[in-house]
Amino acid sequence: MTFMSPHGLAFDIAHMLAGLLVLVSFMMLYQLRLLALLHVLGLHAFVLALSVAWQAHIQDAPHLYITAGMALAFKAILIPWALRRMVFQMGLHREIETVGGIGITMLAGIALVALSLQVMLPVTANADPVAREDIALALSVVLIGLLIMVTRQNAISQVVGFMSLENGINLAATGARGMPLVVEITVAFSILIAFIVVGVFLFRIRERFDTIDISELDRVRGGQM
Amino acid sequence: MMPIAWVIPCLLLLSAAGIVTARSAFGRVLVYGGCLLICTALGIGGFTALTAANQHLQLPVGLPWIGSNLRLDALAGFFLILIGLGGGGASLFALGYARHEEHPQRVLPFYPAFLAGMILVVLADDAFTFLFAWELMSLSSWALVMAHHREEANARAGYVYLIMATFSGLTLLLAFGLLAGDLGNYGFDSIRNNPPTADVAGVVMLVALVGAGSKAGLVPLHVWLPLAHPAAPSHVSALMSGVMTKVAVYGFIRIVFDLVGPTQWWAGTVVLAVGGITAVIGVLQALMERDLKRLLAYSTVENIGIVFIGLGLSLAFRANNLGAGAALALTAALFHALNHTTFKSLLFFGAGAVLHATGQRNMETLGGLIHRMKVTPFVFLIGCIAISGLPPLNGFASEWLTFQAVLLRPEFPQWGLKLIIPVDGALLALAAALASCCFVRAYGICFLGRPRSDAAAQARETDPWSLAAMILFATLCLLTGIIPGAVIDTLAPVARDLTGARMPVQLGDAWQTIVPIAASRSSYNGLLVFAFIVISILITVVTIHRLSAHGVRRAPPWDCGFPDPTPLSQYSAASFEQPIRRVFGTVLFRSKEIVDMPAPGDNRPAGIVRTIRDPVWDGIYRPLAATIGWIAGKSDLLAYLTIRSYLSFVFAALVVLLIALTIWQ
Repeated sequence: MTFMSPHGLAFDIAHMLAGLLVLVSFMMLYQLRLLALLHVLGLHAFVLALSVAWQAHIQDAPHLYITAGMALAFKAILIPWALRRMVFQMGLHREIETVGGIGITMLAGIALVALSLQVMLPVTANADPVAREDIALALSVVLIGLLIMVTRQNAISQVVGFMSLENGINLAATGARGMPLVVEITVAFSILIAFIVVGVFLFRIRERFDTIDISELDRVRGGQM
Repeated sequence: MMPIAWVIPCLLLLSAAGIVTARSAFGRVLVYGGCLLICTALGIGGFTALTAANQHLQLPVGLPWIGSNLRLDALAGFFLILIGLGGGGASLFALGYARHEEHPQRVLPFYPAFLAGMILVVLADDAFTFLFAWELMSLSSWALVMAHHREEANARAGYVYLIMATFSGLTLLLAFGLLAGDLGNYGFDSIRNNPPTADVAGVVMLVALVGAGSKAGLVPLHVWLPLAHPAAPSHVSALMSGVMTKVAVYGFIRIVFDLVGPTQWWAGTVVLAVGGITAVIGVLQALMERDLKRLLAYSTVENIGIVFIGLGLSLAFRANNLGAGAALALTAALFHALNHTTFKSLLFFGAGAVLHATGQRNMETLGGLIHRMKVTPFVFLIGCIAISGLPPLNGFASEWLTFQAVLLRPEFPQWGLKLIIPVDGALLALAAALASCCFVRAYGICFLGRPRSDAAAQARETDPWSLAAMILFATLCLLTGIIPGAVIDTLAPVARDLTGARMPVQLGDAWQTIVPIAASRSSYNGLLVFAFIVISILITVVTIHRLSAHGVRRAPPWDCGFPDPTPLSQYSAASFEQPIRRVFGTVLFRSKEIVDMPAPGDNRPAGIVRTIRDPVWDGIYRPLAATIGWIAGKSDLLAYLTIRSYLSFVFAALVVLLIALTIWQ
């Protein structure tokens, strides 16, 4: 395997796109409105599609274009559109209730990025530099996705966090050379299924409890508020 | 090849047969008769294995690619004799006794499986087989303890037993994990070939002491024993007390003497300390117990303590390269284990016979049985004398040997041993004295005097099968007591394998004198003592009969000037124990006697309320249970958190792991 030079243009662009994905993840952290959050999710998937397409180009792996196309079609357009429709149909509150202040969350996000770089860079010291950077940044995206899920009350914004987490996994999968397409299709479809299931559940919950605020759900389970 | 290994499938088949035929008399005869035959074969096989070459057998069952390895050497052979003896006697007893069993389907299937588990522990030659057999033994005996599960005390006994058995299995797993080392050798052969370093050997010794000791009943791990042993049917109690605790001793010997190899001197100190404390605490609790079967169970704890004193001495001698002393102490320990199997089985059979005859286990309701049962009181008396360590019976022979090992006291270079060995000698003497007291009390209250209840007054002798088993064991107690040299010589190959030395040959002497080290130091002649006792009794009896008036006259006994309207005014178990309880119990057991005086005008009788606290339960198990309960109560809150909190836990766990990864790089 020929390693790509860490100073070439191809490396720089791959690095930039992955970095951009982390940046968009940070954008999600400070969105206080649901619709804006959905737009940022679309943007996130769009950057992912660009990054995957660039990987397809530099790795001479045309099957990755399919992954990029799927990311663009499903994740950048279809899912945000469906979620947006859901928000309108159900007449949901458009504001996001966060746990902890935005500032603290952002700081936590920065700490997570530092942590993932600190973990990944020494571990992958002998790997292809592109894959190495990609995986480190992908871990940041995954961790920030989890952070979004943890700090949001609203079920839809938790779905959004989950989707961005999955985007991070996709970034890692495509950054590594020779990942078979089967894996990506499986991952993509599983996320689609998760979306459908979550959507159905939202409707069911909504029908029953008139809200999708999951803290209401906890009250039904007999939990403490 | 190993023909003796066939007994295990045979026993398992009997177990299956026990399920099918449990409710019929045929099932009882089949299972117990079959077990009796198998145990006889086992005893003979074990005896031949003592002198024969080691036998190996690899079975294709067990872990994939490893199978299970069995090995029969002198040590295993000796313990097979012990299982054969105890199991055979219990089966013979059960042929008659089990006729009264209300739920035979809860006993018959598990009884052969229990025997099979114990045999397999002794034969196992790799850690997996050993632990599997150990758990088989634990679980089948647990099922037997729970045979009468409707009684509330039995359910608690089973629960405590299950916890302690699990604990013991886990600690042994840890011991074998340490012994396997980096290579992961679970076969005993490869463990012997790669002995652990001195530090690991010390840790393995401690872990094995905890693991095997909790099964054997070492203080403070003995708490399950006085609960579980009496809960089972009497023949199973005999098997658990007489044989299963010995299998635990076997586990300790196999791991510490055989697999670990040479140990440091402090290993002996630890075992000596634990053994001494166990012997004294066990007998003190036995002395204050009023339930006959539970008294016997506590006495088992005491005897296990004596066995471990012998083992600790042997470790101490071996660490200082004193082969003769190590062989003496090990032989004494194994001899006492064998003796305990005979007399404790005998006593449990006797307790079973009393239980069957009267339906009572509480000694305060017994009494006067010597006039109502013909044979049981006599053989029970032999068992009591043997367990009290009086000559010429076997208990004296083995305790005397242990004392000889204590008194050997060469110049140990280590201060720890110099200090602990005299202390252990004193504890051993104390335990032996208290044991005599305990069994004088047990025998006197149960069999002598006048009956304290209607049930005791209407007692009848038990069936001939049970009597045959008791007479067999009483004879064995006497025989091994007057010819201990035969047992010592039989144990020589075991001692040679484990300590590299053996005791002097004993059987050459025409008068059966036994000599632990050299005749100039000390010797004991059981046969002469026996002859002396028999002849002096005969002379006394003949003289009295010659000189006294002929014919038996019956007259009212002297009643201290009080007319005696009720048997309850007799000396009772509580009266007997009171001096000892006041001496030892006030500090150790926080025993209190409160006079319960009714208020003026109240016409209920006054009474004395006796309270005893068990220091082991109060000091260790209750706080432990409370801590676990507290943690469980606190973690119960985790079941009612929000989804987001659960996500936060996952997230936090992930971040912590990543941070750990960063730091450890």
